[in-house]
This record gives sequence, C-alpha cells and structure tokens, in this order.
Amino acid sequence: MAKVTVDGITVEVPNGSNVLQACEAAGKEIPRFCYHERLSVAGNCRMCLVEIEKAPPKPFASCAYPVADGMVVHTDTPMVKAARRGVMEFLLINHPLDCPICDQGGECDLQDQSMGYGGDTSRYHENKRAVTNKDLGPLVKTVMTRCIHCTRCIRFSTEIAGVPEMGATARGESMEVGTYISKALSSELSGNLIDICPVGALTSKPYAFVARPWELKKTDSVDVLDAVGAAIRVDTRGSEVLRVLPRINEDVNEEWLADKSRFALDGLKRRRLDTPWVKREGKLARTTWPEAFAAIEAKLTGLSGDRIGAVAGNLCDAESMLALKHVMAALGSTNLDCRQDGAALDPSRREFFTFNTSIAGIEEADALIIIGSNPRHEAPLINARIRKRSLMGAFPIAHIGVAADLTYRHQYLGGTPQLLAGLRDGSNAFASVLRGAKKPMMIVGQGALARPDGAAILAACWALAAETGMLTPDWNGFNVLQTAAGRVAGLELGFATGKTLAQMLGGGVDLLWLLGADEFDAAAIGPNTFVVYQGHHGDRGAARADVILPGAAYTEKNGTYISTEGRVQRGALAVFPPGEAKEDWKILRAFSALIGKPLPYDNLEALRMCLVQENPLFDRLDILPHFGCSDTTGPVSVGAVGDALFEPAIENYYMTDPISRASPTMAACIEAQKHPKTPAESAMAAE
Amino acid sequence: MAFIDRTARSLLLAELVSGMALTLKYFFKPKKTINYPYEKGPLSPRFKGEHALRRYPNGEERCIACKLCEAVCPAQAITIEAEPRDDGSRRATRYDIDMTKCIYCGLCEEACPVDAIVEGPNFEFATETREELMYDKDKLLANGDRWEPELARRLELDAPYR
Repeated sequence: MAKVTVDGITVEVPNGSNVLQACEAAGKEIPRFCYHERLSVAGNCRMCLVEIEKAPPKPFASCAYPVADGMVVHTDTPMVKAARRGVMEFLLINHPLDCPICDQGGECDLQDQSMGYGGDTSRYHENKRAVTNKDLGPLVKTVMTRCIHCTRCIRFSTEIAGVPEMGATARGESMEVGTYISKALSSELSGNLIDICPVGALTSKPYAFVARPWELKKTDSVDVLDAVGAAIRVDTRGSEVLRVLPRINEDVNEEWLADKSRFALDGLKRRRLDTPWVKREGKLARTTWPEAFAAIEAKLTGLSGDRIGAVAGNLCDAESMLALKHVMAALGSTNLDCRQDGAALDPSRREFFTFNTSIAGIEEADALIIIGSNPRHEAPLINARIRKRSLMGAFPIAHIGVAADLTYRHQYLGGTPQLLAGLRDGSNAFASVLRGAKKPMMIVGQGALARPDGAAILAACWALAAETGMLTPDWNGFNVLQTAAGRVAGLELGFATGKTLAQMLGGGVDLLWLLGADEFDAAAIGPNTFVVYQGHHGDRGAARADVILPGAAYTEKNGTYISTEGRVQRGALAVFPPGEAKEDWKILRAFSALIGKPLPYDNLEALRMCLVQENPLFDRLDILPHFGCSDTTGPVSVGAVGDALFEPAIENYYMTDPISRASPTMAACIEAQKHPKTPAESAMAAE
Repeated sequence: MAFIDRTARSLLLAELVSGMALTLKYFFKPKKTINYPYEKGPLSPRFKGEHALRRYPNGEERCIACKLCEAVCPAQAITIEAEPRDDGSRRATRYDIDMTKCIYCGLCEEACPVDAIVEGPNFEFATETREELMYDKDKLLANGDRWEPELARRLELDAPYR
C-alpha cells in the first residue's frame, strides 16, 4: 500500500495504482476521456492532468502516472485548472458545435466537462476538420467528425470484445478511427461501444434522435433474454420502452451488456398480444377475458388432472410459474415442464443445473473445458469474463462442440461426445491439464444436454469433473450454462414433474397450458389437444393456440428470475402491459377464482411469501449461497453416450425468443451477418 | 372650525364640482383608448404572441428537434418526437404546442439554437373550440410562412440586445 496525499486528504492505495485512482479514493473528481477502469491505459486525452509536489514542475496525466509512497498531489491549483482549460480548448478545436442534433446531448462527457473545466470562449477561427462517417453495421451509428480520438472503442473491441476490428489510421490531424476495411462489427458486445464513447461519435442507430435523456423514466431491472441475469436499466417515456442500458453489477455483467439484450426492445412493440383471443370455427377471434376463461373452463369440465399439462417458457418469471403450478395442482395435474428444448437437466440437485463456479469465480479458475456450448452466443457476458480470465494468462481452454471463434485462444478438441471418455481415461492430452490444475472448471452447454443421450452426457461430464478435482469442498468447477432466463427458477420450483414435454406433445394431454412457451415445434402438438397460450407475443405458441391470454413481457411486470448462476434477482415494471394484457400471475389468480379454487394470494407480497415457502432460495435476493461441492454423487445416467456430433444450442444469436424474433433491429443484424456489405456499399451507407 | 368648513363644502357641492372639473379637463385632452379592432396599439419587437416555426430562405425547416424548448418550457406545453428523415438529418415528426397550457414566457424562443420556434406579433388567435388551440407542426409552420417577413424584422431589431 502506498500513502498518497491528495489536496490534503491522505489515502492509502495499493501499489501499482495510478494517481487518478488515488484521487478518486480521496473523493476528488478527475475529468477524463480516454481513461476507463476496465480498459488499458492510453493516456492520450490529457484531460486528467494534476500537479505533483517534488516532481518536475509540469502537469502530469494522472491516469498514466503510478503512485509512490508519500506522494503529494494537487488537483485544484491554478496550474492544473489552466492546463485542463487548455486541453479542453484543444479538444474543442475540431469538435463540431452540433450538440442540438447530437444524440449524446445531455449525457455527454465532453459537454459536462467543458462546462466544468473548460473556458468560455474559443480562440480558434480556422476551418474545423471534417471526417467521413464509417459504417459499423445496424447497431452503431457513427458521426466521426465528433470523435476526439480517446481510442476507448479501439481498446474495448480489442481487449473486452476480442474482435480487433477497430483501429486508427494515420496520425495527427488526419487520424481517423474506424474499421480498417469497411465492415460491420462482428461482436455480440458492440452496443457497449456506444456507452464507452465519451462523445457523440458512436451512438445507437435504432435509438437515433428518439429521445433525450432528461425525458426518460429510468427503472432498474434485470435482463431475461439470456440466462446471465445482467443488470439493466430500462428507459421509458410514456408507455414506450425506448432503450435498455446496462447497470454496474461487478458479479455478473460488470458494466457491459450483450447486443440482443440491449437492442431487441423494439420487439416489445411489435406482434404483441393485447387482447384475449378464442378459436372459433378454426379461426382465432378477438374476445373478452370472461369469454376466454369460459372457453377454457368449458374444455376443462370432465377432464381428469392427468390429461392436463403445462409448459413454462424461457422468459417466465418465478411468480407466474408458481401461480401456474398452483393452478395445475388445483386441477389435479402434476404434468409440468419448463425444459422446452428437452434438455436432460436433472432437477434433483441445484448443482446439476446451475453455473456453480459463478461468473466472478471464472477469474479464479486456472483451466477450462467447454462442452457442447458456444458461450459467445449463449452468454456473451460470460464469454467476456472467460476472455478477461484468458488475458490474465495461464488459463488453458479446451472446447468440445461446434468449432467457433470464441474470441480467445483455445484448443479445439472436436465435436463428438465420445471425447469425454478420452478425457476421463487420460488418453486425451487435455486430461492431464485438467488434472494438473488447481481450480479447473467445466462449462456444459445446452447443446450437450438437449439431445437423446443428454442424461448420459451430463453424468459423464459430472464424473469427469469429479475425477479431475473440479468438485472439492472449497471449489465447484462444474457449470451448466443455461440459455433460458426462466429455466433455473422453473427447476427450483419443481416445474419439471409428471409427463415430460415430449410425452405431453404426442397426445399425452388433452389440455396444454403454454406459459410463454414458443421454443419447440408447435406442429408436434397433437391435433386434438386444446392449447391455451398465455404470453406476450403472437409467436409460434400463439399461432397454434385455441385460447390466447395476453400476458406481460419482462419490462411490464415485477418478476423474480434466477440466473444460470443461481442468483435470485428481481425485474421491475417499467411500463404497463398493452391493451387488455395483464401480469401473468394475476391472470392465473383470476382464472383460479373462476374455477372455484382461488389461489391463496391476492397481491405480489403474498405471492412472494409463497415463493419463499416453496423454495427458501427465493429469500436470498442477489446473494450466491453456494461455492464448493461437498457431495460428488453424480446425476442419474440413462443409457450410453452416443456418438452424434454436438449441435449448437442457439442457431442464431440474434433471434432466440419471441421478443427478439419480433425485433426489426435483430432482423437487420442477421441481414448484416448473412449478407455483409462490400466496402463500397458500406461507404455509401455511412454517408 | 373644522365643522363649519366641512359643512360649507358639502352644502356647496365642492367635491362634485371638482370631480366634474376633472372630467371636463379630460374631455378636451387627446383620447387614450383606441378603436380596436380598427386601430391597434404599438408592439415591441419582443412582444410574445402566437408561436411560429420558421424556415430557412431555401424552404428547409429550421427545427432540428433538439428538444431544448420542450425541456425549458415551464408549462410543459411542448411535445416533440423526432426521427431521422430519409436523408439522415434530424427532424421533428411531431411538434405540438398546447396553446392553452402555454404561459407565453418566451423561454422556448430563447432556448432555440436555430431561431426556429419564435413567438410572433400575432395575438389575435382566439378560437371557438379548445381543440383548435392544440397546435401541431403543420399549423406552426404555416404560421411561420405567413409571418416570416415580420418575424425576421423583429429578430433583426432585437439582435443587438441578444
């Protein structure tokens, strides 16, 4: 630790910190553009100048100057103020005065710091520089004249996203930031460029000119479009969700957010179910709530509980799943399933289906094997964490599955599950790496489990984990990477009993209640099965339904979700559901009253008490309770591991759920991926 | 003594006479009232009347939907929605002023970086229905087109003081 005095305040900071961090520790605000806590230090904006005693009498760039014991720093001397004002004047020389048409206006670092640290006039009367815009694909809009060359975007794409596609060409006044050859960014994290850009050079294309930050109502929530449980802020105006931004959660997403979570929100306005529908004479017709309920009730009369089933979808909150479970129990049915992809997840123990190492725990691991998963598409934020660990060095990674560019150096072993046997008996070279590691970890994806021999693969993976020292009392290196935000909560609530989805589909039930379940082939539902679809989008499930009950999307309800780590988090209502749509648990509560078996809760608090009674885990909000494995007994193995090649769990990253399928932005991303523009077209599009 | 003085004044109708004398004096002075609507009083170039959205001489609308007027409006009478136009420029798709909410403070005019929204000299925009006072972008642009010579002249006169 080094003792540093900043403006008379003495603070202790770790050795190797820079002066800027010491100033922050002392509570002093240091203006900066290029410095970012999670990126390497560039030291090129020169805004963070401070004065250091007993050093050469000049201003020092505090972000790039290491602390020393006994250092005395001044951040408010006339020299510092003049230096910052001078830097600000230089930065503004070529920065256009187009704040009124700039989307960054109101949340712009340059605007704020120019107010706080800049002068009041400009002495520059020559022509300003103009730079041609670059085309970075359908998500990021560029106005490169505004760029102040902080190189944050370059460092982000190289270091965090792992796609070194951005860079600067030429020097001095001719320096331009862009992709070397005109191309769209190929990262799933490209939206973060918008956040880290301190000026309006990189802004959101779908959000272009839509709103000003001061107009927006901000609601803290969690993301459900993958199972990572990233902390988000939902910005709304009136009844419209206008944008989604990440919040800082060091244990989960740090401060990044994946593109689908950020940009799929325009799907929330399209293809919505805003009124109940009933199928009459083979055609769906708009109806009212009482009539829709009556249609279900008419079908239910005389139906035994065993002939009724329910499937919970990927975006479901725990509250609605519990309410549905209780409604099914009232109807005498235990046929529940939340595993739409048929993944062989063993619900008997939490460790068999969660990401036990935890996302932050990846940084402690020292070897990794990925089985049947492409974390880059299934959980881009976990992939970013793996890359972060990978960059720290001494982290051998092996990958079994569909070969892919995971953005970090890894050893591709092959695509067949038979490799597991080789790893277990030591004939595969990577086995010794795993055995030699102190904290090895394994990520098993849904691609390995959602197949006929999934249970055998899960058991084999667990056995491999047990044999290679991944399961010790103080380390649990066995991880199942879920792709559905509702899956872990469903398994924790026991939403996987009775007939499985496959049995229910093949005529196993006469009434099938789909709670936002769209991710299976709806054509496989038996022709005589009466389907109730409760959800928010007119997607695959609704197309097959006999009765549609309009529910709420994740921004429209207060819901509890469990991420793949087993972290219990709460999403919040940001806007109200459209039209006649209601929060899902309220629909189920109303229906239960109609069939004469009212559920024992009338408000969210009572329902959440029930959740805790059902599983005490729901009481531990945002706390990860387990770390380490004391019982190495594995899940039940069924049959033998087959030799079919692993398939990707996610066909297309940009469309995995009803919301992203309805999103034009996501469609544009797929289009850009499938038919990349030629450099000439790209240049045309940029102008 | 005071009693006699007061009594004498009342009996001689002194107050009435002095009052009538004042009336007579004003009878011969020039008239202060004007014969509205046939005559109108003078207006300062800073008079804050009906709003208008101006255009550039080439016909391009000035408003860039920066929303500063919406932000500054103390009565929250302005509603703006924006979108990129086909040529990529920032334009308002909706610019509404609720003239019944407006308090005619002129802050919108002061906030505007491009002199697009102005309060013109027109104060005669009474309507028969309330709905007619919900101005939209077309109405405001039409106002601008109608009043442009006068608006430009007023801005020019006020320019030295801005």
